[in-house]
Amino acid sequence: MKVALSWLREFVDLPQDISSLVREMDDLGLVIEGVEHVGEGLEQVVIARIDEIRAIEGADRIRHVIVDAGNGPVEIVCGATNFALGDFVPLAPVGAVLPGGFEIALRKMRGVVSNGMLCSGKELGLGDDHSGLMLLTHKPGIAPGQRLIDVLSLESDVVLDISPEGNRPDAWSVVGIARDLAARFQTPLRDPARPGSDTGAMGGARASIQSPELCGALLVAELSGVVVTSSPSTIARRLEMAGMRSINNVVDASNYVMLERGQPTHPYDAAAVAGQHIGVRRAVDGESLETLDGVTRVLGRAGRGWGDTGIDCVITDGNDAVIGIAGVMGGASSEIRDATTNVLLEVAFFDPMTIARTSKRLGLRSEASHRFERGVDFANALTATARFVEILSLSCPDLVWVATQRSEGLLPELPAITVSEQDVERLLGTAIPADEIARILSALHFSVTIHGASVSVTAPASRLDIRSGVAGRADVIEEIARVYGYGRLARRVPTWSQPGGLNVAQRFRRTVRASATGMGWLEAWTPSLISDEDFSVVAPEGTAVRVTNPLASQESIMRTSMLVGLTDAWASNADRGHGEVALFEMGVVATHPSDTSIQRESAGGVGGASRLRLPVETSVLSAVLGREGDDARVAVASVAALAERWGLAEYEVRSAPGLPGWHPTRMAEIIDCGTGTVFGYVGEVDPEVVAQRSTRVIPGQRLGFLQIDLNVLSNTQKVLRRPLLTPVPSRFPSVIFDLSLLAPKLVSASVIQRALRSSSPLVESATLFDTFSGGALSDDIRSVTFAIRLSSDERTLNEDEVLIARGQLLAAAAAAGAELRL
Amino acid sequence: MVDVSLDNLDAVVAQCVGAISDASSLDSLLSLEAEMVGKRSPFTALQKSLGSLSPDERKSAGAQLQAARQRVEEAFATRRTSLAAEHRIAVLEADRLDLGDVVSARVRVPVRAGHPGIISLTQESLEDTFVGMGFVVADGPEIETDWYNFEALNIPPAHPARGMWDTFYLDIGEPETVLLRTHTSPTQIHLMEEAVAQGTLPLHAVMPGRCYRRDTPDARHLASFHQIEGLVVDEGITFADLAGTIETFTRAFFGPDITSRLRPAYFPFTEPSAEFEITCTICRGAGCRTCSQTGWIELGGCGMVDPAVFAAVGIDTDRYSGFAFGFGIDRCAQMRHGIADMRAITENDVRFLELFS
Ligand SMILES: [Zn+2]
Repeated sequence: MKVALSWLREFVDLPQDISSLVREMDDLGLVIEGVEHVGEGLEQVVIARIDEIRAIEGADRIRHVIVDAGNGPVEIVCGATNFALGDFVPLAPVGAVLPGGFEIALRKMRGVVSNGMLCSGKELGLGDDHSGLMLLTHKPGIAPGQRLIDVLSLESDVVLDISPEGNRPDAWSVVGIARDLAARFQTPLRDPARPGSDTGAMGGARASIQSPELCGALLVAELSGVVVTSSPSTIARRLEMAGMRSINNVVDASNYVMLERGQPTHPYDAAAVAGQHIGVRRAVDGESLETLDGVTRVLGRAGRGWGDTGIDCVITDGNDAVIGIAGVMGGASSEIRDATTNVLLEVAFFDPMTIARTSKRLGLRSEASHRFERGVDFANALTATARFVEILSLSCPDLVWVATQRSEGLLPELPAITVSEQDVERLLGTAIPADEIARILSALHFSVTIHGASVSVTAPASRLDIRSGVAGRADVIEEIARVYGYGRLARRVPTWSQPGGLNVAQRFRRTVRASATGMGWLEAWTPSLISDEDFSVVAPEGTAVRVTNPLASQESIMRTSMLVGLTDAWASNADRGHGEVALFEMGVVATHPSDTSIQRESAGGVGGASRLRLPVETSVLSAVLGREGDDARVAVASVAALAERWGLAEYEVRSAPGLPGWHPTRMAEIIDCGTGTVFGYVGEVDPEVVAQRSTRVIPGQRLGFLQIDLNVLSNTQKVLRRPLLTPVPSRFPSVIFDLSLLAPKLVSASVIQRALRSSSPLVESATLFDTFSGGALSDDIRSVTFAIRLSSDERTLNEDEVLIARGQLLAAAAAAGAELRL
Repeated sequence: MVDVSLDNLDAVVAQCVGAISDASSLDSLLSLEAEMVGKRSPFTALQKSLGSLSPDERKSAGAQLQAARQRVEEAFATRRTSLAAEHRIAVLEADRLDLGDVVSARVRVPVRAGHPGIISLTQESLEDTFVGMGFVVADGPEIETDWYNFEALNIPPAHPARGMWDTFYLDIGEPETVLLRTHTSPTQIHLMEEAVAQGTLPLHAVMPGRCYRRDTPDARHLASFHQIEGLVVDEGITFADLAGTIETFTRAFFGPDITSRLRPAYFPFTEPSAEFEITCTICRGAGCRTCSQTGWIELGGCGMVDPAVFAAVGIDTDRYSGFAFGFGIDRCAQMRHGIADMRAITENDVRFLELFS
C-alpha cells in the first residue's frame, strides 16, 4: 500500500533520513517497493492575476495574456481558454523546474515573447486535470505573487510504496505501520484522532445480524446534516498519494478511515435504505444484486474447488432485500448521491474466510475485501466511526452523529499465549530477556504480564493472524524476532552424524547425462505442457492429462512423450540453418490413470481425506539425432554405446510396430535379454511429422530418435547389469574368424548372436559385422556375418579345439534357425 | 465416356464409380477426374443444356444432376484417401529397416562436443554443494494433490494465501484437487510422512525439481521453472542453524565474498519466516542496476517449520524442530551466468546450448 510519510508522522516520530527509514522498514518486513517524492519543484510557482487577454494575429490556438504576479505586468502566451479577466492562476516563471524535470524557458511564439507558463493541475503534478488552467480565483485571501505551495498548503511529501507480509491484517493501515515503527524505534505511538461520540439519542435505524457466524459485530451510525461535496484538499491529496481517486467527501472519508485504521466502512444513503434497517445474513441460493460497477451478481451458488460451498454474506434492508455483498461491494441502489443528507454508516467485522471465498468466486477484489479477508480490528470499530465523523465534519460543518445501533455476532477469540525465555531461545537460538520480550509485545499492543522468565500475552484484535497454542507461540516469537531485528539474531552452522549424498537413481541419472553429452549431444529443455494437436501426434488414442485453466491452448496437456518437443527444438534450429545437431532431454512424461495399469494413489481433497488416482510420471531420456547421415541406424548404434557405458548385461533391439509419431517401419523396442523388460524405443521420427514441423527439411533428411525409460532402467532387477566381478581378458592369443550365416529375416541377429556366445566356453565374443540380402538370396532370407573370437584362459588353442568350437557354434546357430552360408 | 442424359444418370454414375475404384494410382485418378467431372466432361455439358428446359423442369433436373455429380465426387475423395494411404504404406514399406540387423561398428557419426543444459548443470552443482554440507537429495512428483501442495503446508482451501501461487489444476478428480505442483514443498511432506512411518527421523534433505505457475513468461519468469528446497528436522534445530546454513551455502556456492542476510517475510508453512538476500553477484555489493543500488539481491525464502505442518505429518514438536528454505535454480543460473532473458532457456538455440559446460 502507498502511504504519505506526513501521514505516518502524525502517528510516530521518524528519522529525517529516508534511506535509513527504508532500511528499518525492510527489516521489519514492511518491504519498500518504491519511494516517490511529490510536491517538489513547486516552490517557484506563484499566483498570477489575469489582467488582459489579446488575440495573436494568425493564431487561433494560442492567446497573448498579460498577468500580474506581484511585480507588474508579465507577458505570457497561453493555449488554454478556461479563464477570464480577473481570474487567479498558477504561473511557473522562466527558470522554474516543474515536477518531472520540465524546465521553463523564455519562448517566442508568433512574435510574442512568453515569460513563463500558466499551468494546469496535471502540469503541476497535482491531479489528472489537464483540460485547462488550475483556477484559484475563489481561494480566500488570494493575491498576486503568493506562492502556490502556501495557497494550497502543499508540503512536499514522500510516498512510500509498502508491501507488507501477506498475512498481516494490521499492516494495511497507517496506524499499523506506525505501530511497528514505534516498537522498533522505541518511541511512543500517537493518535491524532479526537475521540467522539453520538448525541446519545435513540435514533430510528436498526442493525441486525441474522447469521452470527458470518458477521461478528455490526455497528450502524446514523448521521444527519450531510452535504455531499468535494473533500478538503488535504484529504483528497492523501488519498491521491495512496493511489485512490477522490470521489466525494463521504466516500473519501470512508476511504481515508480505511487507509488510516484498516477498517473498511460502507456509507449508505439513508433515504434509499428501506426501514432504515441494515441487516446481515447468508445469501439464499440464486439471489442476485446489481453491484456498484453495474454488474448483476448471482449469489449463494457453490463455486469450483473444495471449500467453496456457496456461502455468501449479504447486507439487507428492512424488506430483507439484498443491498450489498458484505465486505466486497455495495449495491447500486443505495449508494451516496449528490442529494444525500442522511447517511447510515456500516462498520462491521465479517468472517475472513467467507469474504475470501466470495471475492475469489465473484472475481471481485476490493481494498475492503482485501482487509476483511485478513480480519479487521473489531475492538476499534467505534474509534473508526468517530474518525469518519471527524473527517467528514471538515467539509460538513452541520454534521450530527445522531445515534449508533449495534448487533453482536460471533467474534473470534483472542488467543492467550505464554512465551518463556527458553521458548524463544529454543526457536531462535538467541537468548532474549523477558523484559525485552514484554517491551516488544506491549509496543505491538499485546496485553502482557511478566512472570519471572515467562511472559503471558493476549493478542490484540488487530492481530487475528496470531493463532492459539503451539502455533501461536511460534507466531508470537516471530513478532519478537521481527522487532528485535533478524540481523541481530545468532548464526550457527549445524552438524549431524548422517552422511549426505545422492541415491542410486540420482547417481545413475548423472551417468546418463554425462554419457549423453559424451555422445556429442546437447541438452535441450522443452515444455512439459503441449497442445491438443501435438498430443494427437504422439497419443491419438490416449487420454489427455489436461490442464483445467491453461494460459494458452498450446500448453494445455501434460506431455506423454518428448517426441514433438524435441522435433520442434531441432526444427527451430534447422530453420535457422543450425540443423546439424543432436539434442537430448531428461525429464518427466505423464500417463493418465485410465491409460495405465500402474496405480499411483495419493491423499487429496479437504483434510487429505480422499484417495485420488493420479497420473503416473515416468522419467525418460529422449534424443533426436538430426545431423547429416543420422537415422535409425545411428540411433541404434548410439543405444549400443550408451548401454556399454551404463554397464547393461545384455539387451536386444527388436523391430516393433511403430508408436504414434515414430517411423512405422523403422522402429524397435529395446529389451533386457535376462528379464524380457522393455526399457526403451529406438528408431526414427515419422517423416510426415518431420515435414510438418520444419520449413527447411532437406529431402532425405531423417531424424533418428530414441527414448529410454529411466525409472525402469535404474531398477537393476528389471534391467540387469554386467557382474561386478569381471574376468581378466586372456593372456593367450585369440583365434579370430568370420562366420557367415543364412537366416530367415524373421530371426533377429541378436538371437543368433546370443546363441553363438553361449555355444562354447571358448567364445570370447561374437560381434555382428555385416548383413546382406538380395542377389541370389530368396526374399525372406538374409546373410549375417559375425566376427568370432575364441580364446582360453589356460593356453593357446590348437586346431582341434578350434574345429570343435566351430562345430558347436554352427550347431547353436542351427538351433536358432541359421545355417552356414556356403 | 458415353453421353450423359437425365435417363441414364444412375448407370453413368455406377460406371464412373467402378472406374474410380479401379484407379491404381493418384496420377490415373487425376486424369479420370478431369474426364468425368472436369470442364469438358459430359456432366458439365448436360448442365449447360438444362438452360432450354422450363424453370420447374430445370430445377428438378438440376437437383438430380447435382446429386449424381456429388456421388461421383465422393467416390473420388474416398479413393484419393485410400490411394494416399496405400502410397504412404508403400513408401514406408520400401523404407523398412530391421533395426535388429544394424551393425553398430559400421556407424560413423560426426565428432562434436556435447553440453549439459544450463539448468541441470546448475542443479547438479547446487546438489553437490548441499551434499558436501551433509544433505541427501530427494525427488518428488510434479503432479500433486491439493493436500500435499497446500493444505498439509498450512494453506487451507480458499485461504487467501492460495492466491500467492497461480496454480494449474488438472481435469482429474473433484475440481481443484489435482494440480501441477507450484513449488517443491510437497516433497517435504512426502519425506516427513515417510520418515515418521519408518521411524527414520532426523531428516536433512534438499529437493530439486520442476514446478509450474500460471504466469505469463517474461525475462525473469517462466511458466515452468526449477526450484530447490531444503529441509532439516532434528533435535535442537533453531533459527540460528537456519541462518548459519544459508550463510555457509551462500559462500560455498557463490564465492567467499558473497554473504547473506535474512528479512522478515510471510510463508504459511514456516514461522518465523524470512526472505534471504545475498550480496549482489553483479556488483559484489557496491550497488548497480540489477540490485537497485542496494548491493543485495533476493534469492529465496526460508523459515522454521510451522507447528501446523508438523501436526499435519505427525511430528512431535516437543522433541523435533526444523527449518526449510527454497529458491529458484533458474534464478541461480541466471545470476551465475548473467542471462538477461530467461526465455532463452526454452528456445533451445544451439548457439546458446553450446555455451555451458
Ligand atoms: Zn548490484
